[in-house]
Amino acid sequence: MRVPLSWLAEYVELVPGTTPEDVHAALVKVGLEEEEVHGFELQGPIVVGEVLDFVEEPQSNGKTIRWCQVRVAPEGETAADGGDAVHGIVCGARNFFAGDKVVVTLPGSVLPGPFPIAARKTYGHVSDGMIASARELGLGEDHDGILRLAELGIDAPVGSDAIELLGLNDAAVEINVTPDRGYAFSIRGVAREYAHATGAAFRDPVAQSAPADASGEAFPVVIADDAPIRGRVGSHVFATRIVRGVDPARPTPPWMVARLKLAGVRSLSLLIDITNYVMLEFGQPMHGYDLDTLVGGITVRRAREGETIETLDGKQRALHPEDLLITDEAGPIGIAGVMGGARTEMSDATKNVLIEAANFDTVSIARAARRHKLPSEASRRFERGVDPEIAAAAASRVAQLMVDLAGGTADPVGGLIDETPARERIALPDGYVSGLIGVEYTDAEIRDALAEIGARVEDAEGGLSVTPPSWRPDLTGKAELAEEVARLVGYHRIPSVLPVAPPGRGLTRAQRLRKRTADVLAAGGGTEVLAFPFVAEHDNALFGSVDGEPVASVRVANALDASRPFLRRSLLPGLVEIARRNLSRGLVDLELFELGLVFLPESGREYGTAELPAAGARPSDAELAALIDGIPPQPRHVAVLLTGDVVAKQPGQPAVPAGLVDVLDAVRRIALATGGEIEIVQGRHQAMHPGRTAELRLGGASIGFAGELHPAIAEAADLPRVVAVAELDLDALIEATDRTMEASPLGTHPAATQDLSLVVPVETPAAEVGAAVREGAGELLEALHLVDDYRGQGVAEGSKSLTFALRFRAADRTLTAAEASEAKLAGARLAAERFGAAIRD
Amino acid sequence: MPEPTEITEPAVAAAVDAALAAIAAADDSAALKQVRAEHTGEKSPLAQLNALLRSVPNEQKAALGKLVGSARGRVNQAFAAREAEITAAEAEARLAAEAVDVTALPSRTTVGARHPLTLLQDRVAEIFTGMGWEIAEGPEVESEWFNFDALNFDPDHPARAMQDTFFIDPPEQHLVLRTHTSPVQVRSMLEREVPIYVLAPGRVYRTDEFDATHLPVFMQFEGLAIDRGLTMAHLKGTLDHFVKAVFGEEAKIRLRPSYFPFTEPSAELDFWHPTFKGGARWIEWGGCGMVHPNVLRSAGIDPEVYSGFAFGMGIERGIMLRNDVSDMREMVEGDIRFSQQFGMVV
Repeated sequence: MRVPLSWLAEYVELVPGTTPEDVHAALVKVGLEEEEVHGFELQGPIVVGEVLDFVEEPQSNGKTIRWCQVRVAPEGETAADGGDAVHGIVCGARNFFAGDKVVVTLPGSVLPGPFPIAARKTYGHVSDGMIASARELGLGEDHDGILRLAELGIDAPVGSDAIELLGLNDAAVEINVTPDRGYAFSIRGVAREYAHATGAAFRDPVAQSAPADASGEAFPVVIADDAPIRGRVGSHVFATRIVRGVDPARPTPPWMVARLKLAGVRSLSLLIDITNYVMLEFGQPMHGYDLDTLVGGITVRRAREGETIETLDGKQRALHPEDLLITDEAGPIGIAGVMGGARTEMSDATKNVLIEAANFDTVSIARAARRHKLPSEASRRFERGVDPEIAAAAASRVAQLMVDLAGGTADPVGGLIDETPARERIALPDGYVSGLIGVEYTDAEIRDALAEIGARVEDAEGGLSVTPPSWRPDLTGKAELAEEVARLVGYHRIPSVLPVAPPGRGLTRAQRLRKRTADVLAAGGGTEVLAFPFVAEHDNALFGSVDGEPVASVRVANALDASRPFLRRSLLPGLVEIARRNLSRGLVDLELFELGLVFLPESGREYGTAELPAAGARPSDAELAALIDGIPPQPRHVAVLLTGDVVAKQPGQPAVPAGLVDVLDAVRRIALATGGEIEIVQGRHQAMHPGRTAELRLGGASIGFAGELHPAIAEAADLPRVVAVAELDLDALIEATDRTMEASPLGTHPAATQDLSLVVPVETPAAEVGAAVREGAGELLEALHLVDDYRGQGVAEGSKSLTFALRFRAADRTLTAAEASEAKLAGARLAAERFGAAIRD
Repeated sequence: MPEPTEITEPAVAAAVDAALAAIAAADDSAALKQVRAEHTGEKSPLAQLNALLRSVPNEQKAALGKLVGSARGRVNQAFAAREAEITAAEAEARLAAEAVDVTALPSRTTVGARHPLTLLQDRVAEIFTGMGWEIAEGPEVESEWFNFDALNFDPDHPARAMQDTFFIDPPEQHLVLRTHTSPVQVRSMLEREVPIYVLAPGRVYRTDEFDATHLPVFMQFEGLAIDRGLTMAHLKGTLDHFVKAVFGEEAKIRLRPSYFPFTEPSAELDFWHPTFKGGARWIEWGGCGMVHPNVLRSAGIDPEVYSGFAFGMGIERGIMLRNDVSDMREMVEGDIRFSQQFGMVV
């Protein structure tokens, strides 16, 4: 909402010299947040001039200019720019006559743009200023010629200040109006709030506009809503007024144009300007019909199936049975509270006007505006709630302005249907406000604050009984009243008291381990990133499915990027994209990781619920269970991507390229951070290199994969050939490892170390051979690790020699070499039994 | 040197002189080892003189024995002294040879980094858990009931359109990408016993275009306290404590009236940023208020018995204000240089 200060000052005392910043500062205290300041951004000297005479001079470019002598100061006086009283000015427009009063921007003045005006040589003359058009002054779009004051119906002495004359010295403060404060979409409402903030005297414009005599019927109107939405009747109030014999061609006075312009509304024509002006002033949306185009009386009703209307923007619109309509006997003449119809709109031929000031239900209007994508000034107000008691006064205000400015005559009798239900009172128990806000308010403070906002305050058993004012539909309970008291007295009165929470248990195990996982991955060289979860269908098909089996994806109905409407099933598409972005910026050595949710709907299942439980009461257990069951699974995954070098080339240090080895190390770090025992086995994933992929298992169940990206996929993604990736279900890992560690006693007797080389077929996984050795060797074997995997001379084709370093130790004695050897051979025997392993000497 | 045949003083002196000269001349441990073999070994003159003692008459044994013994002692002493010298010199030389340019050594680990957004989120969580609060979480694809209805957003009220929502297809099934972490508050109220003091950090979604000051996906943290007798003063006290922890002891909170469907009274919260680049000032950082009675009712909590407060702030804005980041896009593009500026500390 933009509020011109001159307009505000009509209804609330503004101390002279009050700046827009002062007004902003006052309004923010009561909850109207400041936005910008709008002005005309021009500076003088800009004066009223009189064209004495001119000579037309055709130019070689085909244009004809006028070389004008313009009086810009009374005879014998100096002009406002210090020059002569008569200036020679070149003017390109030809819509004026000698003797016309015009607006002259003298040298030294500045027009919006900014365009500084100076005397300049043009078309063979020195043009000592400029004769301005309305558009150049920032007053409108009209650029057909210069502004003739006579057209505006105004006259002023030569040399007088045109800025003040045209209202261009005004400024507007823009404020952000929260959705609960519909009444603040009016000068009336903002003036009242300004009064609350400053204590200045408020003069209600509604009280200054006497409603018409409503004893008769000005015009036949019927409200017949046979299909209220959610039990709410579409309209309770409908006021009418007729003004006859208006002259629609009269100019809108400059003060009104200036105020509308500052308020962000374009001046269109006098009659429309008046309805807009009163809407801004009262907050009551208005509509004017050309009375002579109406067929019979008006009926307010819901649309019928198949009905259409041409709205005044010239568009043909199909209507929905929920749309509330204004109709005459020939059909719809407006979508109530949203937009009027073309057939009955006021035009430059209109003589007689029917003024409508109605009140429409918030829900009806909100739905219609959304349905027709027509958020208008009117719908914006109606969907927040308009004061139901001001319709007749607003209609009178429009009628009066049409009389004053358009030369019409108002019918003395106005129509008013008012079926507004009585406002419910709110019980405000003693102590409630202080108990909620934490400030010991006095009884007087509470009563005064509520009275000041316009509520009726009465004594009641154990407290007060409060009737909120008609313009505050948002005040529905005692908490709302408490806020009114708190904000009027001021939030600065609220003290700062730290509450003591009961002893907490700190982070949950999962929260702790996730944080540790991120810390450990970062400590190991990874850089944490946070990708958006929006992906294309093929991303999920490729990374979200192990073997190409089709998978379901969550789809966003209104995606910002139409090429990525799905939610990720895997973190890898995001990491791949981020890797590519880094590479394009010359950052080639990358270890990225992310912890984030993935979205894993099951195929063929419908999620969500068609119905939602009513608000304001706890849903039943069954309803809650249905809601929760309808949420698609969203486990937290962790993923890692490496490419480039893990160790850069340095003095004495060759580069170490990143590969599967490094991503498996990252997986081991994750296992360490979470206490999980992740088993790494040979695996397959369609997005990964067929021979360089590990499946990650936990207790036999797959929880993820690690591998090199399939080279074809890496190439298609403009990545280097070797990109190592891993992704696993972190939630599952953490959940499965919820146990307390059991420590083993440390043997202190000397250890015996021996190596064991076994020849096995190349396809035998080393880990399984090692496991067999471990099992066969029994409890004397303290540690085993693979030290060599040899293929070549001395080992048969199709075989490999695996060398394990073994460390034996007994808990209670020093082992002999023979005991250690015996255990080793037992291990070798089991490996031989399982894999045909032969000891290589 | 000819083999001595008789123990004489000149012969002993000659052997000693020769040994001492050789010891002095040895300049490394290998040479010294050689000297040792030559002058104290079995074939050395001193060893041979010593061997002659067996054949001297008994009455001369004592005197000659002493002569030879003292000669050997002197040589051994000289040898030990020289050995110590050489060992020390050689150790010194080895250390000198081992010197490296510590500024040119390779690094075998890469530098990694946490993301500053998650670091700040962790930091915020620490502050609240330190006060006894717990951290609550919930799904990002959420039912509209938790995201809106339970939070007192009427389906037809313009407030529902305040937050530009991503809807999940098909929209008739009422799933959305949560527009705030408030649905976690509702879940907490339904799942936990009062008193409740929880912080809900996490990712949220709004259909904002992606530019320097807007992200369609961003991070928030929201606090919720439900207890007997909680007031707006407690809200202010909690936020005061929090901003002091994040921005220093001089930081403080200011509340301005505002509107949110789920709180009444509602407030915008400004905090005094004592170390803001360009000068200390008030800065907007989120919204807060007393939990609306309708929200309590939706969660099955009696508003006549309990009251509560809630607040919510954006983590991105926290980073912008605290760490002087001017373009939000840098936080989400994944350029490793961004996180690596922070390392493990925000």
